Amino acid sequence: MSTGPRGRIHSWDLSTGVDGPGTRFVLFVSGCPLRCLYCANPDTWHMRDGRETTVDAVLAEIEKYRAFITTAGGGVTITGGEPLLQSAFTGEILRRCKEAGLHTALDTSGFLGARATDELLSHTDLVLLDIKSFDVRAYRGLTGGELAPTLNFATRLDRLGVPMWIRYVLVPGWTDDAKSIDGLARFVAGLDSVDRVDVLPFHKLGAAKYEALGVPFRLKDNPVPTAELTERVREQFRAHGLSAY
Amino acid sequence: MTVTVTADNRTAGAWRGFAGTGWREHVDVRDFIQANYTPYEGDASFLTGPTERTRTVWEKVSSLFPEERRRGVLAVDTATPSTITSHAPGYIDRDRELIVGLQTDAPLKRAIMPNGGLRMVENGLRAYGYEPDPFVTRVFGSYRKTHNDGVFDAYTPEMRAARKAGVITGLPDAYGRGRIIGDYRRVALYGTDRLIEAKKAERAMLDACASSVNVIRDREELAEQTRALQELTRMAATYGCDVSRPAATAHEAVQWLYLGYLAAVKEQNGAAMSLGRTSTFLDVYLQRDLADGLLDERGAQELIDDFVIKLRIVRFLRTPEYDALFSGDPTWVTESIGGIGADGRPLVTRTSFRFLQTLYNLGPAPEPNLTVLWSPRLPAGFKEFCARVSIDTSAVQYESDELMRPRTGDDTAIACCVSAMQVGRQMQFFGARVNLAKALLYAINGGRDEVTGEQVAPCAPPLTGEYLDYEELSAAYGHVLDWLARTYVNALNVIHYMHDKYAYERIEMALHDYPVHRFMACGIAGLSVAADSLSAVRYARVRVIRDATGLAVDFRTEGDFPAYGNNDDRADAIAVDLVESFMAKVRQYPTYREAEHTQSVLTITSNVVYGKHTGNTPDGRRAGQPFAPGANPMNGRDRHGVAASALSVAKLPYEHAGDGISLTTTITPEGLGHNPAERAGNLVGILDAYTAAGGFHMNVNVLDRATLEDAMEHPENYPDLTIRVSGYAVNFVRLTREQQLDVISRTFHGSL
Repeated sequence: MSTGPRGRIHSWDLSTGVDGPGTRFVLFVSGCPLRCLYCANPDTWHMRDGRETTVDAVLAEIEKYRAFITTAGGGVTITGGEPLLQSAFTGEILRRCKEAGLHTALDTSGFLGARATDELLSHTDLVLLDIKSFDVRAYRGLTGGELAPTLNFATRLDRLGVPMWIRYVLVPGWTDDAKSIDGLARFVAGLDSVDRVDVLPFHKLGAAKYEALGVPFRLKDNPVPTAELTERVREQFRAHGLSAY
Repeated sequence: MTVTVTADNRTAGAWRGFAGTGWREHVDVRDFIQANYTPYEGDASFLTGPTERTRTVWEKVSSLFPEERRRGVLAVDTATPSTITSHAPGYIDRDRELIVGLQTDAPLKRAIMPNGGLRMVENGLRAYGYEPDPFVTRVFGSYRKTHNDGVFDAYTPEMRAARKAGVITGLPDAYGRGRIIGDYRRVALYGTDRLIEAKKAERAMLDACASSVNVIRDREELAEQTRALQELTRMAATYGCDVSRPAATAHEAVQWLYLGYLAAVKEQNGAAMSLGRTSTFLDVYLQRDLADGLLDERGAQELIDDFVIKLRIVRFLRTPEYDALFSGDPTWVTESIGGIGADGRPLVTRTSFRFLQTLYNLGPAPEPNLTVLWSPRLPAGFKEFCARVSIDTSAVQYESDELMRPRTGDDTAIACCVSAMQVGRQMQFFGARVNLAKALLYAINGGRDEVTGEQVAPCAPPLTGEYLDYEELSAAYGHVLDWLARTYVNALNVIHYMHDKYAYERIEMALHDYPVHRFMACGIAGLSVAADSLSAVRYARVRVIRDATGLAVDFRTEGDFPAYGNNDDRADAIAVDLVESFMAKVRQYPTYREAEHTQSVLTITSNVVYGKHTGNTPDGRRAGQPFAPGANPMNGRDRHGVAASALSVAKLPYEHAGDGISLTTTITPEGLGHNPAERAGNLVGILDAYTAAGGFHMNVNVLDRATLEDAMEHPENYPDLTIRVSGYAVNFVRLTREQQLDVISRTFHGSL
């Protein structure tokens, strides 16, 4: 019999170099409180669409890759969806992975950062923190949520000394405002535990998912960033002494 | 056995400063390398770019490529059947070339080699607008029998039917079998006089033996080997090189070695004409000259660059059908680089780096087929450089040194894509492959071919249920595979008997010890299609759709089934069982010359052609749709990324697929990391982890879909876009449109 909390997951995958260091087992959990306009995974929005599983079952799957991901300098990343929506489930997986000697990463918007207990964070080697905008109004318009919880979470992680990679999705017309980015860069530069900033150019590869779900993809006709724009934004972060990719 | 060779005063100078004794007494290049090489554990910072001279020579010959591509072949000597000595010397740029020697008297001019088969030569000529020479036609049509003629004299009707239907396919019965690697290093280390002396001694040992069929054949072959070495000496002399003596400098060592190889490609149009494991051997000479001040790094790199230019322009006259099967115009000049020695020292030298550097100095290219023998224990600087070159050029393949070393030792080289052999001591009889997916359809259809309806396998009761039953299908499949293994091995015996008789590889075998260890290299194609089909029958429900004659022509699958390539034991175990059980069946049948049975899970690039000739399969694959290459999961069915599919492939047991197991991965640059250093580090991690998991071979393509799509529309902009396809790198723009689409539709492992 399985023990521990049950949770709902969308899928799992192995990827390299995009969800934390090395080759990683990436668990996509279901359910997210935000509705980001650019979201590439609308199929993870609702918990009810996920598949119910147990921590044991997830760990059994991860175990099949333990040697591989360890040798390949990777670990386990929990993403979604929003992993902190199911914080007990997420926390238990992180704890068990840590116990198994694996590097752990949590990919979150920080919107539900308050749900992450200190204990959960003590089992987290790296937080991939998505800060979607540094402008309160733009954040609301883009995600339907509030910016403040994310910033509070970032400050808390910094205080606890949990390493962070900041992720910033660059969407022309939505998140390319130079002043706002500059403000974000100044804020992030003040956090000692931030190792790097990943500027992720908006893409529309999730468009087919919207179609399949019958949900309108409002950024369908929004342009993707040019290489020049992406580089400009990275430079803005670098100007504050941050490593930005 | 070994044969003593004695030193004379010509060797004393050539061998100055070299250590060790065993290799002086006997022909033993491995012993020479071990006693003299200098492992290099540093990084790539010492390397140099191309010199003006290198650029000029390369531009001169590569400027001929567009015209060659347009016409299919640039020129052919239609009247001169090629031998080691048949053609006058040829040059690209006589004053500038450092390493000389061409197959004919002009660069890219192809030769004819009718010993393999006259029809292949004539079809090749006509396809490119040349008329066969009447004298050649008369000689090889009337007086001189060919390999191809011999094979068809001895094939049985059953073999012909299996071949025609494509259930046994790609057989080297009309062309050179290849995959034999002469130890070309011997020419440089010993010179041909010593080698001839050793061959004569080997032959003399047979003098006391009774003249049995085997002994007579061996004596004749050894006489031919001696003659071929004499011809090599004469051919080299026309280029002003006295290869009768050992090479005395690095320049001579590269030149001598190349002339040995050149003799082979003048005489044999083998499917794969691999080079061996030469870089660390040559490094001993380069190090000596560098230490003596005779050479600087620029000069050392120049020699390797010039050598590689020569290897890039090896050409054979083949037919368009052959090129379609093998995707492009491959020669498989495979060079094996790196690995770890039995004593634990890495066999990586500066020249290992220099070979890879040619991909920068001359630009990416499919040939020579640079193959890194990978071990997690390789020096970090070398691993990082390999990964960087892979990411920048997609022109490197990797094979597990950890799996090969215990089996074939630390002087192993790869022939073709994945076939491991101890250089100069082992050879193989190339056996192409059987189509496991088609065989499965035969099991369903009582031995009838699903495309033609003809009875190919022995008549058996077809499966008649509305739904396929796993037990019933497995049993019927077992019977078909029994028949297939028997027919296959017996056909291979015919082919190799005739190849030895009519198209013997004299010079390549002269550069082997006597007696040589032989492998009978069988192979399987369509593994993932067969495994997924069986999985569908076992874990879902598969309804059969039959035509009016009762032939099963299509299938409807109800429900989900686990697919091979997702690290799911339910499906992967089926693939493992197929590999093991077919190997066991193959081993039951005696081989020609007592060759050791092996098999590969490799389809080179012919997975497209095999798929074209195979009907609908129970896994849902449509008739005509390409198979996955090699041991790859079926395109699009591996849903969890490269690590999961790699771990599925790594489960296939090397001990039952000793001729190699091929995995092709395609990764977008972003799918490896955000910056070059991170990408290289992550690729090293993947290769280490795959090797540690027991993976054998990995092709690494790093590119994006947009690049490939653009290359399809504008081939002129991508003359040297190289991609790896199951054990081999090809020029993308030389593929047919169908193959290009197949490559693009393959899983891109970039996490988008």
